[in-house]
Amino acid sequence: MLAYIVRRLLYAIPILIGVNLITFALFFVVNTPDDMARMQLGVKRVTPEAIEKWKAERGYDKPLFVNADAAGLATVTDTIFFDKSARMFAGQFGRAEDGRDIAREIASRMGPSLAIALPTFVLGLFVAVSMALLLAFFRASAFDFWGVVLCVAMMSISGLFYIIGGQYLISKIWRLVPISGFGDGLEAWRFLILPVLIGVVSGIGSSTRWYRTIFLEEVGKDYVRTARAKGLPETVVFFRHILRNALIPILTGVVVVIPLLFMGSLLTESFFGIPGLGSYTIDAINAQDFAVVRSMVFIGSVLYIVGLILTDISYTLVDPRIRFE
Amino acid sequence: MSGFQVVVLWSDVLVWLLVAAGLGVGVLIAKSPPLLAAWRRVGANRVGMASATVLLAFIAVGLLDSLHYRLQLDGKPGQPAVYAIEVLSVLDALAAPLRTRNEKTYSAPFATRLYAKETIDLPGQGTVRDYPRLKYGGQHLGEREDEVAADAGFTAFKAGVLAFVGWLGVFGVVAAVNRKKRPNLKLRDAAFAWDAVLLTLLAMLLAVVPLFWLAGQYHVFGTDKVGQDVLYQILKSVRTGLIIGLVTTLVMLPMAVLLGIVAGYFRGWVDDLIQYLYTVLNSIPGVLLIAAAVLMMQVVIDSHPQWFSTAAERADLRLLALCFILGITSWTGLCRLLRGETLKLRELEYIQAAQAFGVSSWRIILRHILPNLMHIVIIALVMDFSGLVLAEAVLSYVGIGVDPTMTSFGTMINNARMELGREPAVWWSLAAAFSAMFVLVLAANLFADAVRDAFDPRAA
Repeated sequence: MLAYIVRRLLYAIPILIGVNLITFALFFVVNTPDDMARMQLGVKRVTPEAIEKWKAERGYDKPLFVNADAAGLATVTDTIFFDKSARMFAGQFGRAEDGRDIAREIASRMGPSLAIALPTFVLGLFVAVSMALLLAFFRASAFDFWGVVLCVAMMSISGLFYIIGGQYLISKIWRLVPISGFGDGLEAWRFLILPVLIGVVSGIGSSTRWYRTIFLEEVGKDYVRTARAKGLPETVVFFRHILRNALIPILTGVVVVIPLLFMGSLLTESFFGIPGLGSYTIDAINAQDFAVVRSMVFIGSVLYIVGLILTDISYTLVDPRIRFE
Repeated sequence: MSGFQVVVLWSDVLVWLLVAAGLGVGVLIAKSPPLLAAWRRVGANRVGMASATVLLAFIAVGLLDSLHYRLQLDGKPGQPAVYAIEVLSVLDALAAPLRTRNEKTYSAPFATRLYAKETIDLPGQGTVRDYPRLKYGGQHLGEREDEVAADAGFTAFKAGVLAFVGWLGVFGVVAAVNRKKRPNLKLRDAAFAWDAVLLTLLAMLLAVVPLFWLAGQYHVFGTDKVGQDVLYQILKSVRTGLIIGLVTTLVMLPMAVLLGIVAGYFRGWVDDLIQYLYTVLNSIPGVLLIAAAVLMMQVVIDSHPQWFSTAAERADLRLLALCFILGITSWTGLCRLLRGETLKLRELEYIQAAQAFGVSSWRIILRHILPNLMHIVIIALVMDFSGLVLAEAVLSYVGIGVDPTMTSFGTMINNARMELGREPAVWWSLAAAFSAMFVLVLAANLFADAVRDAFDPRAA
């Protein structure tokens, strides 16, 4: 087991290098630092000197891969690639446009992101699984049919509508909770209710429908027939046998997103003014802060790969038949 | 205003290419009995055919909006022709009243007066602050401003009756043709779900004909901040949504199919390489990769203004680049699916027989493997469409979507989202954009379900 995890971690390294190369190519080869400087400085203030100054301030004035002027190891380390991309492996993300340290900013913003994302995830999973179970229990009835119709309709509504509509109705018309913002400590719950609620509602349609098919697949299996044949009541068959077995693919399927919860949600956070990583990313996109976007891409990939490894481990935990060589 | 110059935008080329490809695929399907049988099953599905009717209406609007031209400006004879900077489409010409009859600013649906008060000079009475009359909305009513409901209701009724008569004509033709072909079969028992199509058509006609009839006299969905008719913006958004949904799959499909089959068939280092490629791309969270790529594209576009002769061309290229980026980021799922399926197929006896006969690998792939993967490709194609239309709105909101000057559901929502905070709330732009998007995406989802049910061997 341990050897397997170590090997999976080692396997992650070439993938991360690939991610790094792609972002590097996007940010420094497709566009030269000169282009970025022009963009940041604006059309009016572009002079060759201003561009050079902008690049020098941010360390973009070095060569891309090989620094022929430097001696020894510095030929490789004193380059844009090493400074801006390779250092990310060590958690050194550099500074944002406004001069703040990106690593510290990320650390302080993870909390609020998680405060929204974790309850949304847990609650959403619970609600969707319960509804799917209900639909599957009453399968091929009018209740099931209209439930699926409702799911498809809810899937077809834009996520933006849930947010804008929910904010308008609950915060502006009914004035139940603040429209946006974030508080410290326990005070935060008033600000969290609405985004969590909207996050849960907007995800129900597609996940309920997906889990319903998993339940129905399970219903057709042999062990279910056996359970019925030995005279178990349908409720026991359903809640003891089918539910447990169907939860395996459902839970192992969602493990991959758990690490990504740290990244927060772009839309929810920016609409509700929550100082998390999602709104940080959006602000960086709008301000065209390349350093921040680059760092977020890297962190997102790391978290995704962690999620993949966790998924594989969770498979071995729930299903002892799976052994890894 | 005599001549005009045909403008062919890149996206137009791709749209019509898609139409041609669709027709080509149609011919291929007609020749292949299993695919034809599957499509027959789609045709028998009532929900599927009803949603297909709605989708076809959207596609018709999108196609009309994909024929562009520039009008010739009035110049002295003898001089070289000068063309307007504005690029128009056939849809613009058909909807000219909607496009040109702009108010000053917001006005509610069916309003006769503006949203905001203004100082009006009344001759003999000095100045008063009041809501000014709209220039166009409800103008035909004259002094009888309070009769909007009665007038609009009566007009809608007239148009509805006309729509019904028109539908009866269509119904009669379909019934007559059906009777001629199969004299004993009632329409509702026919193999093709004609009843669903006709009913949907009736519902659509009853909604659309009165809507456009009224649109000539009122702003049925209101006007936006600069006084443009919201109904017109909705019509223009349809093309953007369709292009995002369809062209993206056009970009993604060749990559996913080729790499997926090659990885599964040849295995070995080719497989390792392709797997590595899609794991890497998959590892980057989609939105962030799109954001990074769009930011970079924006820098390229901004630093080469000389490439574009009109704003429409720049917006068009940005739209295509967005499709391209979405395609690059979304091919991995289908590729993985096709790889797995190819791995299974290549072990089957008939493939091994072909190999034993010395048939070349590429020929086996083309003749024996690809046709057996078509159902996966078709399902993936229709399933992706609705997700892409929804994604466009989110991306445009985040600021990494289409060009801000291009009308799309996303830009409409983005421009209108602060307006709910006004007092009284300006809700009509948002409501119209969300409803239109809902209808389009719902139809696409239902159609996708019908196609999946018909093509997926497991579902049967």
